[in-house]
Amino acid sequence: MLRYILRRLAWSVPTLLLVTFLVYLALRIGTDPVESYKRVNPRASRAKIQQYIDINGLDPNFVQGYIKWLKNFITGEWAPSIKGRREVWPALKDAMANTLRLGTAATVVGIFFGLIAGVLAALRPGGRRDVFINTSAFVGISIPPFISAILLQLLFAVYWQRWFGESLFPTSGVYPAGHTGFDLFLMLKFMALPTIIVAIQIIATYSRYMRSSLLDVMNSDYMRTARSKGISERRILIKHGMRNALIPVVTIAALDVGSIVGGLIITENIFAYPGMGLYFLKSFGDGDFPLLMPWMVVIVASILLFNLIADISYAWLDPRIRLE
Amino acid sequence: MTEKVLEIRDLHVTFDTPSGPLEAVRGIDLDVEAGELLGVVGESGSGKSVSFLATMGLLPARVRVTGSVLLAGEQLIGASNKYMRSVRGRLLSMIFQDPLSALNPVHRIGDQISEMLQSHQSLSSRDAAKRAMELLDIVGIPQPSDRARQYPHEFSGGMRQRVIIAIAIANNPKVLIADEPTTALDVTVQAQILEVIERVQDRFGTAVVLITHDLGVIARVADRVNVMYAGRNVEQGTIDNLFDHPSHPYTRGLLASLPRPGKQRLKPITGFPPNMVKPPRGCAFHPRCDFAADICKSEMPNLVSYGNLQTACVRARELPKSERFV
Repeated sequence: MLRYILRRLAWSVPTLLLVTFLVYLALRIGTDPVESYKRVNPRASRAKIQQYIDINGLDPNFVQGYIKWLKNFITGEWAPSIKGRREVWPALKDAMANTLRLGTAATVVGIFFGLIAGVLAALRPGGRRDVFINTSAFVGISIPPFISAILLQLLFAVYWQRWFGESLFPTSGVYPAGHTGFDLFLMLKFMALPTIIVAIQIIATYSRYMRSSLLDVMNSDYMRTARSKGISERRILIKHGMRNALIPVVTIAALDVGSIVGGLIITENIFAYPGMGLYFLKSFGDGDFPLLMPWMVVIVASILLFNLIADISYAWLDPRIRLE
Repeated sequence: MTEKVLEIRDLHVTFDTPSGPLEAVRGIDLDVEAGELLGVVGESGSGKSVSFLATMGLLPARVRVTGSVLLAGEQLIGASNKYMRSVRGRLLSMIFQDPLSALNPVHRIGDQISEMLQSHQSLSSRDAAKRAMELLDIVGIPQPSDRARQYPHEFSGGMRQRVIIAIAIANNPKVLIADEPTTALDVTVQAQILEVIERVQDRFGTAVVLITHDLGVIARVADRVNVMYAGRNVEQGTIDNLFDHPSHPYTRGLLASLPRPGKQRLKPITGFPPNMVKPPRGCAFHPRCDFAADICKSEMPNLVSYGNLQTACVRARELPKSERFV
């Protein structure tokens, strides 16, 4: 097992190199980082431009340029952003922290309620409860976040203020303007709406995963064996049913968490929530190569990491799977 | 007369289907005596499995079950879920057709046996684990202490069926219902599994109900046979009497369709099993019966004594004596 993990980690290095090279190519070809720099800094001297090219590895030769970029990236010689010459790492770190906070909250809430809804639906398939949960899940999946977000903003901010004098949840940011320091209650209040929006999607998707997975398991022969043992329904459901039904769901969940690191672009944009999604939108809009490349590395690395976690959790839950 | 452990009287099982109610079992009577091995034969859809799933209380709640099933004198039909739970696995156990899917793939073999033990006896985990190993030994699994720690996928089909038998007999039940236990196994393994079942029957005095469509299996191990067709009993008797001179035309047809040495061509029963949503009036076998007369189309026959057998055929006395199949 340990050897497998080490080998997978070792393999992720060439994968990362290959993918970042492809990303580098895509950004070079798709956005022309040098032009972007000139557009944002129209009065930059020739020497400044050359310095920008050097530190970012934007040589005309893509391979040489990539190697140069890689060397600077690894040694920590990161170029500042082209707009406002901000340092990249603090910006990226904050964005990551914000997204992880939102993503974790939404995933925990979403998967928890999604699994419960799925189990409740699967216990009496075709019953009224099943139909209700299924229909709600369908509605939840069908309403895009940019619709549901605006509806919730209207309800909890605009109308709430009209009815009760002040809005229940703020609609943008992580803290009020000018706030400094850490305040858990305030932070939760700001996170509430975006968390709900993302969680709705997760609840809807996972209730369906869980329902179909559990239904599959419920109809299997070993569940009949369990029933023929005369053990309680509760034990049958948890020890035999859920234990098997969760195997595929956990695997999908691990993969989903990996993509959430870069995946809340729409929700973050609507709520002006300064996470990875908003970071990407802004820097991509500016053609800000120094900001974009490290973002890409983080995204690729997290997907690789969570793929590994998915495989490990699969092997851990299912004794039939051997990691070699 | 030996003691009857299981008495089934006028058992009916009805499923609701989109094309109307389907009566899979239409009033069967059947006794299982202590320690005997009763074979239940019939083709697919004859109601043989469903009768015993109903006995176990393993059919979904929406399936209608009526009649009477007495297990050691206690009524099971209409009994509370709680009571049925205490019966299942303690007094009445069942093993199923496909050993490859009947064990939970994520739990260790030993744990799956211990679970059965601990749900009906107050045993510590350690004692249960010890007893599980003894059971594995009884059903003929070598190195039980190593094997108990393994998962089902590490066992062959025959070995898994042995494990399932070990689970079923863990609490020394009065009746063991084996629903096609050898159908999914290859022939050499079949023989071994039958031996295990016979050994259990001998050693613990467990009554065994062996459900199968394989008359060869029945001939090998059963004391008595109950033949089912279209949800009814059509013939009952001891193995010798039944194979000696079957009297019901369906039983004759079944036996005539078996391969035997010296026989050049097999004689199949013509036609198809009836559609149970609309079974034929009268004797359900009459459309396929060589001896059918007008009376067979109107009258549903019940089991009556005929020679040494119980036969549900109104014409049993008029029919020519059958050939011997022993």
